[in-house]
Amino acid sequence: MSGTFLGTPAFPTAARTALEDSQLRRNLAHATGTIRAKRAGVVSEVDDWEQLRLAGEAIKDRVLRHLPDYLEQLERSLVAAGATVHWARDAAEANRIVVDVAQRHGTDEVVKVKSMATQEIELNEALAAAGIHAWETDLAELIVQLGDDLPSHILVPAIHRNRAEIREIFLREMGRAGRAAPDDLTDEPARLAAAARTHLREKFLRAKVAVSGANFAVAETGTLTVVESEGNGRMCLTLPEVLVSVVGIEKVLPTFQDLDVMLQLLPRSSTGERMNPYTSTWTGVTPGDGPQEVHVVLLDNGRTDVLADPTGRQALRCIRCSACLNVCPVYERTGGHAYGSVYPGPIGAILTPQLRGVGTDAQTDSLPYASSLCGACFEVCPVRIDIPEVLVHLRGEVVRAHQRASRVPSVQDMAMKAASWTLSSAARTGAAEKVAGLGGRLAGRLGRTAPGGRAVLGALPGPASPWADSRDVPVPAAESFRSWWERTDGGRSRSDNTDGGRSDGPADPAPGAEGGR
Amino acid sequence: MSAREAILQRARRALADVPAGDPVTDVPVVRPAPGPAPEGAAVVDLFAERVADYRAVVERADTGGAAALVAGALAARTPLAGDGRLRILVPPGFPDGLVPGDVDVVTDGPEVTVAELDRCDGVLSTAAVGIAETGTIVLDHGPGQGRRAATLVPDLHVCVVRSDQVVPGVPDAVALLDPARPHTWISGPSATSDIELDRVEGVHGPRTLHVVLLTPH
Repeated sequence: MSGTFLGTPAFPTAARTALEDSQLRRNLAHATGTIRAKRAGVVSEVDDWEQLRLAGEAIKDRVLRHLPDYLEQLERSLVAAGATVHWARDAAEANRIVVDVAQRHGTDEVVKVKSMATQEIELNEALAAAGIHAWETDLAELIVQLGDDLPSHILVPAIHRNRAEIREIFLREMGRAGRAAPDDLTDEPARLAAAARTHLREKFLRAKVAVSGANFAVAETGTLTVVESEGNGRMCLTLPEVLVSVVGIEKVLPTFQDLDVMLQLLPRSSTGERMNPYTSTWTGVTPGDGPQEVHVVLLDNGRTDVLADPTGRQALRCIRCSACLNVCPVYERTGGHAYGSVYPGPIGAILTPQLRGVGTDAQTDSLPYASSLCGACFEVCPVRIDIPEVLVHLRGEVVRAHQRASRVPSVQDMAMKAASWTLSSAARTGAAEKVAGLGGRLAGRLGRTAPGGRAVLGALPGPASPWADSRDVPVPAAESFRSWWERTDGGRSRSDNTDGGRSDGPADPAPGAEGGR
Repeated sequence: MSAREAILQRARRALADVPAGDPVTDVPVVRPAPGPAPEGAAVVDLFAERVADYRAVVERADTGGAAALVAGALAARTPLAGDGRLRILVPPGFPDGLVPGDVDVVTDGPEVTVAELDRCDGVLSTAAVGIAETGTIVLDHGPGQGRRAATLVPDLHVCVVRSDQVVPGVPDAVALLDPARPHTWISGPSATSDIELDRVEGVHGPRTLHVVLLTPH
């Protein structure tokens, strides 16, 4: 039913299209503004939020540095609690496991609680190929699924839709997938939610197999956790006979006690609430209560590649709260679709290229550049992922991958080689600076004045021209540092003091005032 | 090679920078020191205030007045059944004295089907822990609390919490819980903010949460 991100153009192209959609920008500005304010309010209530973030970071780092140990421990705990554990190297393997379970129970439908991992592996499409309907039960996911659309936000997948658009989708599509929306449906959120309740209830009550993800998986006890608001999660986790949970291998927590840190960080960062309405935990099978057949699929799908990069590894700390999306000036204007991935926004810009690998397609390689590097994402991240650091690191990886791919040296390579030849000799450097100074004096006359009064160069000739066309290039100094040093004996001779700061008195410690003595 | 072996091997190779002998606890986890928590009555007051913040109904009573409050919470409902009587799900272990006499009682248990749960007008339960800071009720589905589905499918959940079950914060609650049991943390009624981030109560879980807070005399 729903599409895939395959074929999304590179970020700059996709972003340009998104920016032309004024309805989208209005919807996004309203939603992200609202949630930023809520988050700030509840975070300020916590006395020692920074210490809590440090604890969250430390717990996840502990897991990541010893992941094989924790995964083996988790498997033992799950099996001891009556669950069946499967391992999946990639999307195809994970999908096959889920399809097998559904087919073994002879069902042609499953109910699903929203899960980033199953979106990542495109489980719905794999189930459909096997003739099995996957019903998304989160309200926003339902809107996306019925609208034959793609999610655009980790937490609020239909953030790009307003109430009028949602009403139209419900009226048009609900009847085709089950119970139709009432004819007198208005665009009031309460009425829309009631329509979803009626539409989905019949599916919950008859479903035999459910599919979920997990927010956390406790190695010590085998406890899985799902954090949600609507109760659709609880419906999926407790009503069907069979439950399959697809869990990324980075979701492990060492101990049950660690849940206390995460259950404080996640809701406040995510929905801006002190606590989300419903959190469910289950440890294998509970006789007489809930599913009596419980499967857990431990999913790699590129995560061990992320783990192998000591700088990029921190992206696996992510608890999918989406706080970074809501503060990102780029996300707020382009929305999630432009990122071409189930993980949009700042976290998507670092996680997606690492999971897919850089150097193979232009869309993926454009993501580390989909940022202004303002750093707001790091400030709000509850597990302190230094997203700007990883973005810059990945930009380097993209450049290196392209260098490996093409043996022909780029303009940049040649410029760097020339610079290193020049800079490695004092004589050559001095000669080059004399030329630059001369050129600078000349260019100063030919240049123009930038806003703010700085002298800048006009058009540059040769290979540097495209670079200079989009930037203000400062006019080079009229005299090189070396020649200034020689002429003034490092500022000791009086000839340099004519326009220096020394005579302005102590109130103005101009640069050089100290060094001149 | 099995998928299990392949993933573990890849993860081990990926962690070549981590010294082999490092204990799994090499990254120290320092939790925030518990702040100056409110005590006694103040904790219970905070709990009541924060539960109400989620647009749940909170009423307080001493043990003697609780039955009237439970009956009042149910009396406002319109019965689903044609005979005009409320069908109320009651888990084994729920205090008998708090169940009103004029309702049809359905006793929760594995034999109660999902369709029967859906025909109930409401459910009564006790709780395991209350968390003041977040206004959360935690069920561990022990006696009086029912199976997980019991407090989910009916549209009204009346939950009786004793004031001595209320703890200040989330860490206090986690420390009290038995990981082997399933848990349901409830903070207000079912809600969604998926439409323009407008909070709407009631999607799939109970649309009304009514908390009766028992303060002993």
